Amino acid sequence: MKRSTTAKGYLLNTAVLAVAFIAFLALQNVMGKSGGFKLILAPCLWQCCYLIILAASLNLVLGFLGQLSLGHCGFMAIGAYTAALLSLACERAGLYDDKSSPVFILILFGCILLAGFLAALVGLLVGIPALRLKGDYLAIITLGFGMIIINIINNLPFCGQDGLADGSASASLYKNGLGFGTSSKVTFLWFALLVTLICLTIMFMFIRSKYGRAIKAIRDDEIAASASGINTSFYKVFTFAYSAFFAGVAGALYACANATLSTSSFAFANGGILNSTFVVVMVVLGGMGSLTGSAAAAVIMFLVNYQIKNGTWVALLPAAVQSVFAYPMLVYAVILIIVIMFRPKGIFGTYEFSLINLSRDIKLHHTRKARERAERKGGETHA
Amino acid sequence: MSTFIQTLIVGLRLGSIYALIALGYTMVYGIIRLINFAHGDFIMVGGYTMIFTIPLILAAGLPAWLSVIFAIAVCALVGMGTELIAYRPVRKKGTGMTALITAIAMSLFLENLAQAIPAIGPNPKVASQIFSAGGISIAGVTMEWATVLTIVVGAAVMVILYQFTQRTRMGRAMRCVSEDKEAATLMGINVNRTIVLTFAIGSGLSAIAALMYMAQYPKVYTTMGTLLGLKAFVAAVLGGIGIIPGAMLGGLVIGLVESFTTSYVSSSMADTFVFLILIVVLILKPAGILGKNVGEKV
Repeated sequence: MKRSTTAKGYLLNTAVLAVAFIAFLALQNVMGKSGGFKLILAPCLWQCCYLIILAASLNLVLGFLGQLSLGHCGFMAIGAYTAALLSLACERAGLYDDKSSPVFILILFGCILLAGFLAALVGLLVGIPALRLKGDYLAIITLGFGMIIINIINNLPFCGQDGLADGSASASLYKNGLGFGTSSKVTFLWFALLVTLICLTIMFMFIRSKYGRAIKAIRDDEIAASASGINTSFYKVFTFAYSAFFAGVAGALYACANATLSTSSFAFANGGILNSTFVVVMVVLGGMGSLTGSAAAAVIMFLVNYQIKNGTWVALLPAAVQSVFAYPMLVYAVILIIVIMFRPKGIFGTYEFSLINLSRDIKLHHTRKARERAERKGGETHA
Repeated sequence: MSTFIQTLIVGLRLGSIYALIALGYTMVYGIIRLINFAHGDFIMVGGYTMIFTIPLILAAGLPAWLSVIFAIAVCALVGMGTELIAYRPVRKKGTGMTALITAIAMSLFLENLAQAIPAIGPNPKVASQIFSAGGISIAGVTMEWATVLTIVVGAAVMVILYQFTQRTRMGRAMRCVSEDKEAATLMGINVNRTIVLTFAIGSGLSAIAALMYMAQYPKVYTTMGTLLGLKAFVAAVLGGIGIIPGAMLGGLVIGLVESFTTSYVSSSMADTFVFLILIVVLILKPAGILGKNVGEKV
C-alpha cells in the first residue's frame, strides 16, 4: 500500500512537471520574441533557479542535519569559477565555435557536473575537520573556511583580485564561455529549469532515503543516533559534501547567468542578494527542514528583492519608506527578525508540499483547526 | 631587526584592540551562550558617536578623546536595547540556532540602518586626530603615544574586568548565571538584570575599542565592524571563550599573526592565516588555549 502510494506520487509529479515544462516551452516559443519575456522574465527565472538550488542545498545541512554553516557561498564560488574557467578553456581549445552546437550543450553539462564535484571535494576537505565541532563553533569555523576559500581564489594568479572581470577575461566569458546574454538566456532557459528540477529531485530522494532518515535522527538527538548504530561523523561529512555539490551546481548556473565573476559577490555579508547570510535567511524563512519551503522562500526573497528595486508601486510609497527600500538588506534583516520572533519554524516549518497528498493535507489542516477551535471553546466553558 | 620590532609593536597594538572587542564577546558568550554577531557593529556605533561628538568636545575646549564617554554611553544603550528587544524574546521560546540567526539579523539590521540614516550614509567619514602626535624613540624604533596608550589601556581593562568578576558582588552574580541560570535564580540573583548589565559592559568596551581603532585608522564606515568583530570573535574562541584572560591572550595572538603575515608574507593573505590559526586550534583543542574540555552528560 505504502509503496504504491509512493510510486503513484512519483508518477503524478513526473506527469505534472512534464506537462508544465512542455506548456512553458510552448509559451516561451510564443512570447520569447517579445521584450518583456526576454528582458525581464527570463533573467529573473535564471536567478530564481540558482537561488532555489542554493537554498535547498543549505537546507540539507541546516534543516535536516541541524548544523549551521555560514560559509555556503564559498562552495558556490568554487562552482562558479570552475565552470567559468572550464568553459573558457574548452572554447580556447576550439571544442566549440558557437553556442548552438550540440557539443556546447554537452560541455555545459560537463562544466556543471565538474563544478559540483570540485565543490563537493572541497566540502569533504572542509567537512572532515569542521564537523568535529558543533553548534556555534561549527558556525564560526565554516565562516572561516568560507573566507579562506574566497581569499585563496582572490590570490590565484588566473582568477585575480577582481575575478574574471580583470582584463579581457570578462568579455570573453560573456561572449565565448558560459556567460549568457539575454537572447541565450531565453534559448537556454530550458537548461536552467531542467538542472533545477534534477537537483531538487535528487535532494528529495536523498531526504527520503536511508541517508535522510539517518541525518534527521542525528539532528534530533546525536547521542541517541550514535547509540542506535548510526555512524554520525560519516553521515555528517557526507551530507556536508553532498550539500556542497549542489552549491557548486548553483554556482555554475550563477556563472551562466552573469557576465562577470567577482569574489566579492560570494562574501559572508555584502550589499547584494547573494551571500552566505542571505542563504541562511532564505532557509530560515522557508522552514528549516522543508525543501519545498526553501524553494518557495528563494522565489519570495527574489521577488521582494526585485520589487524593492524595480517595482513601480515603490514610487507611490511615502519618501521615508522609499529611503529604507534603498537598502534592501535592511528589509531582509527586519523580515528575518520578524519571522524568527513570530514564526521560528519558518513559513513551511517541516511541511513538504506534495501534489499527491494535497487533498489529505488540506483535510488534516481543517480537522486540526476545528479541533483547536473546539478545544478553545471547551477550555472557555471549563474556565 | 628594527622591522621585526616594529612589526611586533604593530601586532601588539592591533592585538590590544582585538582583545578589547573579544572581551565583550567573551562576556556575552559566557553568560548566555550566544555569539553576539552584532557586537562588531557596536564598534561602528561607537565610532560614529565619536565622529559626531568630537567637534562638540573640541568646541568646549576639552581633549578629543573625552568623546569616548558619550560613545560608551550610546554603545551601552544600544547593547542593552538589542538584548531587550531582540535577544530576550527569542531566547525565551527559540533554540540556540534561532538565537544565533537573530544575532546575525541584528548585525545586518544595525549596519544597514546606519546606512539608511541620512547623516551617516554609506560613505566613510574621516575622524580628526584624537591623540597628540609624537612618541618615544628607543634604539631607532619609534613608538607613538597612541600605541603605548592602546596597549596599556587594553591590559588595564582586562585586569579591572578580571578583578570585577572575581571580587565584586555583581561580578560573582555574572559568573553564577553563566554556570547555572536556575540555581542562580534560587540564590536570589536577578538573572535578567545581570544579563543586561553584561551587555552594557561588553558594549561599553567596544566603544573603547572604537576609540583605539580610530586613533590608528581614522576612518569610520558602516561595515567597519564586520571583519573587526569576526577577528575579535576568533580571538575570543582562540583564547577559550568565556575566559577573560583568554580573550586578551587570543587578541594578542591574532594581532601578532596578522601583523607578521602582513609584513613577511603578503597583506592579502593575512585574513587567511588568522582563520587558519583558528581552525588549527579548534581542531587540536576545541575549548581554546586556556579552556578546559568539559564532557557531555547523557
